Amino acid sequence: MATMEQTSNTPVIQISEKKKGESLWGESWKRLRRNRAAVIGGIIILLNIIAAIFAPVLAPQKFDRTNLPDNNATPAWVTQIFPNMKPKDQGGYVTISEKYPIGADNLGRDMLSRIIYGTQVSLLVAFIGPLVSIIVGLTVGMIAGYFGGATDNVLMRLVDLMYAFPTLLLIILMMTFFRTSFASPEPGTISYTLGQLDKETGGMILIFIGIGLTSWMQMARLVRGQVLSIRETEYVQAARALGATTPKIMISHILPNILGPLIVAETLTIPTYISYEAFLSFIGLGVNPPTPSWGSMISEGSKNISSYPNQAIFPAIALFLIMFAFNFLGDGLRDALDPRMRGRD
Amino acid sequence: MGQYIVRRLLWMVLVLFLISVVTFLLMRSVPGGPFAREKRLPEATVALLNKKYNLDAPLWQQYTSYIGDIVIPTVTYGKIKPNAAENYLLNVPLPAMFGDEAVLRWANFGPTFKSRSRSVNDIFRENLPISFQLGLAALIIALAIGMPLGILSALKRNTIYDYLGMGTALMGVSFPVIITAPILQYFFGVQLKILPVSGWGDIQSMIMPALALGFVNAAIIARLTRASLLQILGEDYIRTARAKGLPERVVIIIHALKNSLIPVVTVVGPLFAALVTGTFVVETIFGIPGMGRFFVTSITGRDYPVIMGTILLYAFFLIVTNLLVDITYAWLDPRIRYD
Repeated sequence: MATMEQTSNTPVIQISEKKKGESLWGESWKRLRRNRAAVIGGIIILLNIIAAIFAPVLAPQKFDRTNLPDNNATPAWVTQIFPNMKPKDQGGYVTISEKYPIGADNLGRDMLSRIIYGTQVSLLVAFIGPLVSIIVGLTVGMIAGYFGGATDNVLMRLVDLMYAFPTLLLIILMMTFFRTSFASPEPGTISYTLGQLDKETGGMILIFIGIGLTSWMQMARLVRGQVLSIRETEYVQAARALGATTPKIMISHILPNILGPLIVAETLTIPTYISYEAFLSFIGLGVNPPTPSWGSMISEGSKNISSYPNQAIFPAIALFLIMFAFNFLGDGLRDALDPRMRGRD
Repeated sequence: MGQYIVRRLLWMVLVLFLISVVTFLLMRSVPGGPFAREKRLPEATVALLNKKYNLDAPLWQQYTSYIGDIVIPTVTYGKIKPNAAENYLLNVPLPAMFGDEAVLRWANFGPTFKSRSRSVNDIFRENLPISFQLGLAALIIALAIGMPLGILSALKRNTIYDYLGMGTALMGVSFPVIITAPILQYFFGVQLKILPVSGWGDIQSMIMPALALGFVNAAIIARLTRASLLQILGEDYIRTARAKGLPERVVIIIHALKNSLIPVVTVVGPLFAALVTGTFVVETIFGIPGMGRFFVTSITGRDYPVIMGTILLYAFFLIVTNLLVDITYAWLDPRIRYD
C-alpha cells in the first residue's frame, strides 16, 4: 500500500525526513487535535456521556417525580433572563422557587434532571442508530456489489424505491405499526419479547429499529460503490485464486478496506439520527412518557412559550449543543482521516 | 431526450404504483381501525361505517376500487352537487356536443374518515396551498442565504471569510427546525413583539416559520456550493478560460458557477418536495393550517384515504422534481447526455 502511494504522489521526501514511523492513525489523531472546533465538540460529547452514565447521581431529582403544587415554578435568575416572566410579587404570574435550578415543567418535574436524563436517549440514538443502518446497509451493499448482475439490479432498484418513499412518513408509519403490534399480550412470542424489551427501555428499542430501517439506503449505495472497485483489485483476485471462500473474502479482505469511508459517512449522519429521535418524540411516537427526551420536552414547552419560554428554550439549547458537537467532531474526523476531502488539490 | 423523459415517466408510474401497494399493505397491517375510539362504538355502528366506506370488502377489492377512483376519469351530466364521496380534483367542462353540461372529472382521492363533509381533495385544495407558500418562501430564503455564502467562501478560500462562512454554515446545520422555531418564536414574538407568535394569514406571520425552515437548509446549500465550486475552479477548462484572458468575473459567473450548480440542484429537488408538501414541526409550533399535520394525524388516526393521499402526493412531488433535476443537469452541463 505504502509503496503504491509513494510512486504516485510527490511528498515522498517530506515523509521520510519529517515524520519517521508515524502511523496513519497517529497522524490523523494529530490532525484532529489541531482542529479546535472538533476538540470542543469532542469535549461536549464526553461531558454528555458522563451526564448520561451518572445521571442518577448528577440529577437533583428523579426525572418522573411530579410535584403538582410546584408546577411551572421558576428560580429568580431565570425570570431575569426572560424579562416577560414577571414574578408573582411584582404583579406577574410566575411562582418563584429556588428548589429547581432551571425551573419545573407544567407537572412540577425538575427540568434540569429531565435534561440530564435526556442525554441517555439522545446518545443511545446517536450511537445505536448508525449501527443498525450500517448492519443493514453493509449487508445489502456488499451483496449487491460483490455478486453484481441480477442481484445487484434487484437490490439497487429496491434502494431506489425506498428513496422515493418519504423517510419521515415511513418512520411514522413503521413506528405506529411497531408500537401497536408489539403491544401484543400473549407472552412467549417474539413480538411480546420485543414489546417488553421496548417497555423496559422506555420505548427506545423500537426507535432504533425504526430509524435504522429507514436510513440504510445511503450506506448501501456507498458500500456497493466501494465493493465494486475493490473486488477487481489484485489482492482480492489473489485471495480467490488461493481458494478463499466468498464469505472469507468479503469479511476479511473487502470489509477492512471500506471501513474508513464508512465510518466517516456515518459520523456525519449522526446529527440526523438525533434530530429524527427529537422529531419522533415531538410528535408523540418517540420514547414513552415519562422517559424524558429533549424532543418531547420542546414539544411540551413550545405549547406555552409565551408564558414559560424556559421550558422550551433550555431543552432546545441542550439539543443544539449535542448536534453542534457531533457536526463539528464529524467534520473534523473527516478532515483528519481523509485529508483529500478538504480539497487541497 | 424525448425518449429519456418518456422512459422516466413510465418508471414514475411504476414507482407510484409500488408505493401505493406497499403503503396500502403496511397501513392495513397496523392494528386498530379508523373507528376504534376510547369509548367503544356499538358493533352495529362500526359495521355500518365499514359498509359505507367499503371497508368490509376483500382487501384487493378495496385497493382496486380506491385506485380506480383516482385513475379512471368519469363524465357526469347536469349540475355538480357538493358531495364528499364524489369529490374530484380535476373538473373539466366538455363542449356541448358531448351532452348537456357534461363535465369530465378525474382523480377522486376518497373521503376522510374523520369528517363526514370533507374529502381528501378538500385537504389538497385548502391546506396544500398554505404549505406550498410556506415551503416556497423557505426555499427562497435558503437559496438566497446559502448560495452567496457558499460562493463567497469558495472564492475567498482559506481566508477569514471562508472560516466565518463555513463556521456559520456548520452551526446552521446544527439548528434543526425543532430548535430554531421556539427560539425565534420567543425572541421575535414574545420578547421583541414585532412578529406574531403564531398564526397564519399575512406576510408577518410567514416570516418566522419560513426563516426557521430556511435557515438549516441555507447551511446545507452553502456547504455544498462551496465544495462544488472549489472542485470546478480546479478544472482544466477554468484554467483555459483564464489563459485566454477572460476577466475573472466572466470566468466565475459564466464558466464556473453554472457547472457548480449541479450538486446544489440535486439537493434542492427533494428539498422542494419536502418543503412544499408541509412540515409537521413548523406547522405545529406556529399553528399553521397546512398539510403537515395530516401526515401525522392521518397515520395515528388510521384515516386510510388521507394516509394514501398524502404519501402519494409527496411521492409524486418527489419524483417529478427529481425528473426536473435530471433534465436541468443536461442544461447545466452539456457533457451530460441522456440517450
